[in-house]
Amino acid sequence: MLAPRPVIDILRRYGMTFILLAMIAALSFMNPRFFSVSNFLTIMRQVAINGALAAGMTMVILTGGIDLSVGGNVALAGCFAAGALQSTGNPWIAIVVALGVGLMIGMVNGFFVSYAKLPPFIVTLATLALARGFTLVYTEGRPILVDSPIFEVIGGGFLAGVPVPVLIVAVVYLIVGFVLNRTKFGRLVYAIGGNEQACRLSGVNVERTKMLVYVWCGLLAGLSSVILSARLLSAQPTAGTGYELDAIAAVILGGTSLSGGEGGVGGTLVGAFIIGVLANGLNLLNVSPFYQDVAKGAVILAAVLMDKAFHSTADAR
Amino acid sequence: MGDKEVDPILSMEGICKSFPGVKALDGVDFSLWPKEVHALVGENGAGKSTLIKILAGVYKMDSGKILVEGRPVDISSPRQAQEHGISVVHQEFTLVPQMTVAENIMLSNMPSIPGLRSLVDKKTMVYESEKILNGLGVDIDVFAPVRLLTMAEQQIVEIAKALSGKTRILVMDEPTAALSNVEVERLFDVIRTLVSKGIAVIYISHKLEEVFRISHRITVLRDGRVVSSSPISEVTRNEVVKQMVGRELTTMYDRCKADIGGPAMEVKGLLLDPAGEPISFTVHEGEILGIAGLMGAGQIQLARALFGIGRTYGGEVLLRGRPASLSSPSKAVRSGVGLVTENRKEEGLVQLLSVSKNITITVLDAISRRGVLSSWMEDRIVTEKIEELDIRTPSPKQPVMNLSGGNQQKVVLAKWLAVDPDVMIMCEPTRGIDVGAKAEIYRLIGGMAKNGKAVLLISSEIPEVVGMSDRVLVLHSGRVVGELMGDECTQEAVLRLATGGSVVGA
Repeated sequence: MLAPRPVIDILRRYGMTFILLAMIAALSFMNPRFFSVSNFLTIMRQVAINGALAAGMTMVILTGGIDLSVGGNVALAGCFAAGALQSTGNPWIAIVVALGVGLMIGMVNGFFVSYAKLPPFIVTLATLALARGFTLVYTEGRPILVDSPIFEVIGGGFLAGVPVPVLIVAVVYLIVGFVLNRTKFGRLVYAIGGNEQACRLSGVNVERTKMLVYVWCGLLAGLSSVILSARLLSAQPTAGTGYELDAIAAVILGGTSLSGGEGGVGGTLVGAFIIGVLANGLNLLNVSPFYQDVAKGAVILAAVLMDKAFHSTADAR
Repeated sequence: MGDKEVDPILSMEGICKSFPGVKALDGVDFSLWPKEVHALVGENGAGKSTLIKILAGVYKMDSGKILVEGRPVDISSPRQAQEHGISVVHQEFTLVPQMTVAENIMLSNMPSIPGLRSLVDKKTMVYESEKILNGLGVDIDVFAPVRLLTMAEQQIVEIAKALSGKTRILVMDEPTAALSNVEVERLFDVIRTLVSKGIAVIYISHKLEEVFRISHRITVLRDGRVVSSSPISEVTRNEVVKQMVGRELTTMYDRCKADIGGPAMEVKGLLLDPAGEPISFTVHEGEILGIAGLMGAGQIQLARALFGIGRTYGGEVLLRGRPASLSSPSKAVRSGVGLVTENRKEEGLVQLLSVSKNITITVLDAISRRGVLSSWMEDRIVTEKIEELDIRTPSPKQPVMNLSGGNQQKVVLAKWLAVDPDVMIMCEPTRGIDVGAKAEIYRLIGGMAKNGKAVLLISSEIPEVVGMSDRVLVLHSGRVVGELMGDECTQEAVLRLATGGSVVGA
């Protein structure tokens, strides 16, 4: 029917990976310290938190939604967990509290989006403010210390030479990848993003699926809060500010369409690395942090523009 | 009146237009004289809308020419059409509900304050829009937001908007579709006022009774050709109906009738509208029950209500003799009801997903264990359905958007055949697909009935309903106006009922 166009197809599928590799090559050339095992481990550790958030965000965006609340979620879950740690002394309870808070916020988001049928942008903007507000109320604006050997391991430990946060996020990607590609739920995530009404009229329980997607995203935000407070060994009331934007950027860079239905978690990982490598590289090059945001914005625009060019060449067949 | 002494204001000559697989217009000649209402009638797919879209600059014709006041013109965009004085009032309203009547009327000709081009001159806007409305002999508050108006008032605002330019030719596509009888009278008064002011009107409608009251001349299209064009006084309604239908039933609809079994779905006193009439009927196993009606006669609403979409105001539905709750599509599917929607692209398929994923979307539970999909079970169903329905696709992994309309529709059918519902509701199952694929879809529908399924065939293509169905219900304005079977079920009879006539004949 249509002649295959291998080059275009490869560009379309792996365009962002090429961009990432080109960035790594360029940065290695500019600064020899960049290309080393220890620096790559650092990058991976830096990417871990955004990576975990972006995995959940991928699911939400695949259904055509958005979750702006993840940053606030990270702060609230982290502070509640730190509070629980201080009052009980049990790190496992703290972890459960963090995951529980994340899950709850996800359920609230999911409920209002799927059953009350409010626009996800507005719902999660509101829950972002709510989470941030509750965090400040709970902490009275002060950070809470996290003093636990378990958290020290989660944040700074190594297993077989690999940082623990990296291992955790690797497991997250394996699970989310499996869920999206091999389960009924994952299939519905793509289908709903592609055409929600067609799914509904095929007898699919659209509401339940959308609800679950926000729950996943919230749960992963809770997990990120654990990693974050374990790395800082404290829970900051202003933690996670702007994290939602990095997570969304990673998803979009990863080739997931904001309108839903297309993309996947593999691309998101590449996207998260593009952002991480850029930040790390600019640090090594001693670029002022003020310019780093400028660079990040420019790279996002340029990368998405290139991706769109690949896609439109592919679509013009 | 259409006075032949005068030169036509518009002549379309030898217009041809093809779409992939269909010759939509084949050498159509159409002339419009000043001060006349010229009706354009024909069945769905006869080419009316294609012709109008060419005139409005939406489609580009393959060959032919258009003359306005005797001079050849080039119309390749809606803006150019407007510059030649051609305005179209579309069937779907194009008003902005939040804006006022005045703003809507002047939307494309917003007057600006002299010297300050970007500032709207509100005074002139109000004055001009009031002048247009007064000219139409109607009294509508120009400061009211459009969303507060009745359908009829909105229709008039739509016309006023079309008149805000230097309109000389006004095309109205099914202008009375959403109007009550009283409102239709009001619209007709407006049309008469327009004509007296020298505007020529092309009036497209299925409702022949109205056409015969308002028009001076009538042109009948069939299969992309003009069958007749004459002053309205020289033809009768029955002649027009015959000309519209034209062809005899072809062998396309041949099917061996299935053995009709017990009742599969009984609809009792279903109210789609609190003020409407209750609808009752029964469809049996192995039976194809056609539901015919003009666009907007309520058949689509009925189909959707039976599938749990949209409100109902009373009545009950029995499936195989047991009361069924069809309050949502997922409940309907679980109770054994399937729905092929009338708009494949918007509601039938997930265009981005592959053929395979579209087919199995209805049966994900059956092909998964504890939520994990089994690819071999999926492949088995998909391979079987692709073969059974002869879906032509290079691979099951092909996104459905790359398939032709006919093959896409087969994917829709495949997805339902995979669940195997007892009652299959099909809305416009052959809309927008070519003749060859149509025949295959008919074969598949016949096959479903043969396998003991009950089929509700809802279509505005009357030959299709008459040809395929064991029995036909005719709807008009949300009411069941007739039930036809056997010899009495002819295209003429159905069309007469559907256009608001009686069974005996007009």
